[in-house]
Amino acid sequence: MKNRFNKQPAEKILSQKQINRRNFIAFTGFIGLNALAYGGWRWLYKSPEETSGVTAGARKPLRRALNQNELLLRKTFSNDHLVKTYPVSMADPNVRVNSEIGMEDPGFDAKTWSLTIHKKDGSKLQVSLHDILALPKTEIVYDFKCVEGWDQISHWGGVKFSDFISHYNLQEEAALQYVGMATPDKAYYVGLDMPSAMHPQTLLAYEVNGKPLPMRHGQPLRLIIPVKYGIKNLKRIGTISFSDERPPDYWAEQGYDYYSGL
Amino acid sequence: MKKIKEKHPLAIRWAHWVNFPVLMIMIWSGMLIYWANDVYSITLFGHTYFKFFPESFNKFLDIPFRLAEGMAFHFLFMWFFAINGVLYVLYTAISGEWRQLLPNRHSFKEAWLVVLHDLHIRKMLPPQNKYNAAQRIAYTSIILMGFGSLFTGLAIYKPVQFYWITWLCGGYHLARIEHFILTIGYVLFFLIHIIQVIIAGWNNFRSVISGFEIVKEQPINNIKISEDEKPV
Repeated sequence: MKNRFNKQPAEKILSQKQINRRNFIAFTGFIGLNALAYGGWRWLYKSPEETSGVTAGARKPLRRALNQNELLLRKTFSNDHLVKTYPVSMADPNVRVNSEIGMEDPGFDAKTWSLTIHKKDGSKLQVSLHDILALPKTEIVYDFKCVEGWDQISHWGGVKFSDFISHYNLQEEAALQYVGMATPDKAYYVGLDMPSAMHPQTLLAYEVNGKPLPMRHGQPLRLIIPVKYGIKNLKRIGTISFSDERPPDYWAEQGYDYYSGL
Repeated sequence: MKKIKEKHPLAIRWAHWVNFPVLMIMIWSGMLIYWANDVYSITLFGHTYFKFFPESFNKFLDIPFRLAEGMAFHFLFMWFFAINGVLYVLYTAISGEWRQLLPNRHSFKEAWLVVLHDLHIRKMLPPQNKYNAAQRIAYTSIILMGFGSLFTGLAIYKPVQFYWITWLCGGYHLARIEHFILTIGYVLFFLIHIIQVIIAGWNNFRSVISGFEIVKEQPINNIKISEDEKPV
C-alpha cells in the first residue's frame, strides 16, 4: 500500500534560518491578508448609500448583491412550487396586525370604495367589491411569513389574482413585467414581479377566517401573496397598475430587498 | 537544526482563516436579523433562565433597528461562507486529509480519554496523529454544523422554492429555531476552541499560520506504554 493511504505527517530537518524564513513569509502574508480583509470590510461598511430611486437606503454594493441574488433565485421560481397549506382548523383565530401604514385615513369609507385598475392604454377600470365577490372564490390556509421573522398560520378567502386578470381581460397588462399596488391614500405601495403576482396562490382577499376583512386587516380588499414576505401583502388596495419598470415599493425604499420572495 | 512536522496544508489554513471573519460577520448580521423577532429563551417549567438576548447586550452591540442592513449583509456573506465551506470539503476529500479528520471506530472511546486528560484526571493522551479523537469529533461536527446552517438557512430564505428543504427541517418555524441553535453552537465551539488553542501553546497556533510544528526532541524511550494503551 502506498504511503499516502496511511498518511503520517511528513517530518523534515530544517536549519533555524530556514524555519525563520518560512515563519517570516507565513506571518507577513497572514498579517498582510488580515490588513487587506480589514480594509475591505471598512470599505464595505463605509460604502455610500445607493442613489434614491425605486430602491433606497442600502449600501451600494449590498444593494447590488441583493439584486444579483434576485436574478439568480428568480430562476428557481415556478408556479409548481406551492406554499404549504394547512387544514382550516390550524388557522390562528387571532390574526396578527403588524402595521397600519396606508390605513390611517380617518375619512376612508369601505362602502364607497372601488378598485382602480390602470390599464395599458391609459384608461381606468373601476371595480366594486360587489363585482369582485361575484368572481370564483379561492381560499387558502398557509403560514404567513413576516420579514421580521415571525410566522403565523392564517386563513384567507378571495379571488385569485390570475382569475381576476383573465376575467377583466387584462392579459396585455399581465404580459408586462411588474404589478404595482397602492393604498387609496398612496401612503403604502408595493411592486411585484409578474410571475409572483400570477402565482396560483396569489389572492385579492376579502375574507379572513371566513369573515369579511376587518378594518385593521385591510378592509375591503387586500393582497395575499404567499410567495412573498408580509411587507408585500398590501392591505386596502386602492389602485393596481402594470409596468415594465419596477413600481415604487415602500420597504425597498427603506433598505429592504425589492424582490423579498420566498 | 530542528525537526519539523508538516501539519496544516496551505488550503486548510486559508479555509480556516477565511471562515473566521466570514462566520463572525454572519453571526453579527444574523443577530441584526434575529433582533426583529427575538422570541427565543431558555425556559423550563415556566421559568425563564435566559432570554436571547438581554436588552443591554443588544444595546451594547448596537443591534436594535438594523433588520434591513442585517439581511443585506447576511445575503452577501452567505456566499463566501458557502463557497469557502465547499472548497474546504472538496480539498479535504480529494487530498485524503479526511483520513486525519473523520472520526474512526476508536475515536468515540478515545475522545472520552482525551476529555479526561484535558480535565487533568488522566495523565496519558491516547495515541494521536494530526488530531486526537476529541478533535476529530469536534472538527467533523463543526463541518456538519456548517452544512446544517446552509441547509436550515436555505429553508428560511426560500421556503417556497426549496419547500423540500424546509420540509426536511420540519417546517419554516422549526428551521429558524434550528438555524439559531446552530449559531449558539458556533459560539460555544469558539469559546472551547480558543481555550484549547491557548493551552496548546504557540507551536500549535503557529502551525495554523505557517503550516508546520517544531518537533520537540525529547527522549521517547522514557515513556512507558501500559498494556491497555499499546497500539493493536
